[in-house]
Amino acid sequence: MDQILLQILNGLDKGSAYALIALGLTLIFGTLGVVNFAHGALFMIGAFCAVTLQRILNISTITEDPTKTDFLGNPAKIKTPIVETWFGPEVGASIIDWSVPLAIFFAIPIMAAVGIIMERGLIKHFYKRPHADQILVTFGLAIVLQEVIKAIYGANPIPTPAPEAFRGSFDFGTYIGFEANAIIYPYWRMVYFAFSAIIIAAVFAFLQFTTFGMVVRAGMADRETVGLLGINIDKRFTIMFAIAACVAGLAGVMYAPINSPNYHMGMDFLVLSFVVVVVGGMGSLPGAVLAGFMLGILEAFASMNQVKAIFPGIDQIIIYLVAIIIILTRPRGLMGRRGVMEE
Amino acid sequence: MLKLNKSDTLLFVIVAAMVLLAPFILNPFPQGSSLAQMFNAGYPDLMQRFVIFGILVIGFNILFGLTGYLSFGHAAFLGIGSYSAVWMFKLLSMNVIPALILSMIVAGIFSLAIGYVSLRRSGIYFSILTLAFAQMSYNLAYSVLGNPSSSYNLTNGETGLQVYSNDPQYFASSSAPDTPHLFGLAMSDSSKLDIGSWQFTFNNGYYMSGILMLVAFYISIRIFRSPFGMMLRAVKSNQQRMNYTGLNTKPYTLAAFVISGMYAGLAGGLLSSMDPLAGAERMHWTASGEIVIMAILGGVGTLIGPIVGAGFNEYFKNILSKINDGILHQWLSFLPDGLENFIVGILHYFVGKGWHLTLGLLFMMVIIFLPGGLVEGGQRLAKLFKRKKTEDGSDSNNTPAK
Repeated sequence: MDQILLQILNGLDKGSAYALIALGLTLIFGTLGVVNFAHGALFMIGAFCAVTLQRILNISTITEDPTKTDFLGNPAKIKTPIVETWFGPEVGASIIDWSVPLAIFFAIPIMAAVGIIMERGLIKHFYKRPHADQILVTFGLAIVLQEVIKAIYGANPIPTPAPEAFRGSFDFGTYIGFEANAIIYPYWRMVYFAFSAIIIAAVFAFLQFTTFGMVVRAGMADRETVGLLGINIDKRFTIMFAIAACVAGLAGVMYAPINSPNYHMGMDFLVLSFVVVVVGGMGSLPGAVLAGFMLGILEAFASMNQVKAIFPGIDQIIIYLVAIIIILTRPRGLMGRRGVMEE
Repeated sequence: MLKLNKSDTLLFVIVAAMVLLAPFILNPFPQGSSLAQMFNAGYPDLMQRFVIFGILVIGFNILFGLTGYLSFGHAAFLGIGSYSAVWMFKLLSMNVIPALILSMIVAGIFSLAIGYVSLRRSGIYFSILTLAFAQMSYNLAYSVLGNPSSSYNLTNGETGLQVYSNDPQYFASSSAPDTPHLFGLAMSDSSKLDIGSWQFTFNNGYYMSGILMLVAFYISIRIFRSPFGMMLRAVKSNQQRMNYTGLNTKPYTLAAFVISGMYAGLAGGLLSSMDPLAGAERMHWTASGEIVIMAILGGVGTLIGPIVGAGFNEYFKNILSKINDGILHQWLSFLPDGLENFIVGILHYFVGKGWHLTLGLLFMMVIIFLPGGLVEGGQRLAKLFKRKKTEDGSDSNNTPAK
């Protein structure tokens, strides 16, 4: 029992990332009808927003301390981050410590801007072109974005630690009546899961309970009619693209402490999140979220040693295997609407 | 000639002449000059890549160009072909003939199985299915099948599959070289010709791959012009209508998929024959993406496009990765210093290690502005010239469009 619970928990953090990226992909596909291969790159840019903020906060002034000397006899140099001189050493240090959560506020405007520029500048011109062209141009864009990030930040992963308070693990099992040390779970992964649950809930609430969301949902169902009613649906869809970019970006920001950001993390997640979208059903938001968590948990179960002993290598291919079975037997995915991309 | 019509014969002859004379054409600058180091491409390694990737993309074009099915997992067949070839080297002998045959057969079997399943769907689903199969092959080759301690170590994981001295090699003869060879003719051997300050290298491996590429090219011309090719084009333009007329298109698309898979297997086998080392990274999905990029760059659905695309991609990859800041400074030394440093500072990100960025941008440009690839660009230029010439009243002798 505790084993099963542990694997479910292990699957949750990856599942949350899959769900968030797939949610963004589905938002774009459902509104604009575009298959966005650059979505993984948006996830990566989000993670590098966290890195950037951390670097900005660590910009320091260097002062010389004449009382101490280093081993060459020169006066020792002391680095003081500018934030610490502004807010005092203690507040400054904790601001630096909390740079990853703070990066959420830093990332939202950046991701929204990136999303709007992408949609208005490039993808707008591809609505009338075949799906293959959309895939190819966004794939090209993904390569370009990845290389730009590589040119700026280098090819090595950049460690981006979580705040001090959330480092390390805690004994989750004792809270729910298991014996000690049965279920040890890292704090940050719990935070990540909670965060992604909030984001997902926020997106759904936004679409369900606001007028804007209602118009967008109407546009998803029948774009032309909404346009005929005198509503500028293109503008709203652009905003939805920006929101989808923000969702992917925030998923990346918070993922930075789990997996040190590197330039190819977007490509690594991209293929899997496409698979998730297809399993959930193209254009179905609940399907994307459900499939994201389901596949994440399935992957965690497949990497248990007991399972691997029976089917060697199953942990590497389980997601693809499930996807192939789903595509072949249930073309519109788990929760896809009838008639959407059902060729 | 060879049952080709006039313009196809001309095209084939031009390509054949270019392949056979490539060591001359690609070495326009004398040995040792600074231009030679940068722009000469007439050395065996690069020439081999030109023709081998040419084969690969010609095959991909038969699938994507004719039927419109975008496979995002074609590199899997390349990797499978490479592994099969190395296994033949390990088990039989270093002769390349059984290796190439087996790599085509195994890639054919895999593409039959994968194609049979994937072709049940079309459009984006087909792309994702092929992608999923390719990633499965890659992950398996990297983990379970590549674990040296497991009992089914087929791929040797990260180290890559290679020939060791304690391999059985049942048919190896002591007189043959211990590198891949064609009945004693080592693939890595070259003969050199010195004319003045020029040096031309004629490599055995290059010529074997080049001749195979010509065969592959010939077959692809015949497929393009055959009723079978017409059927595939019909699938691209309207598959539904084909089905409504009571025609089952599946065997045709599957045949195209298997043919292109076997082309990829042959290319993989050739890669292993040039350098008997096969690694799983050849199967990664970004490698599949690169095949797509080459096909698009050249021009999808045209005969010559794949060769242009493969050559262009490999050549610019080679040049761009060689240029560094020092060379840029040298080239731009005529400019005032401040401007020079500024331009070099910008260009720095596009050359050397940044060549991916340049190719990515180029790829996007081609898709946005030239959906027909470089071939379409060439045709537009040719048309432009033609119009100008007729306006001048001179003869309208068209240069053969690439």
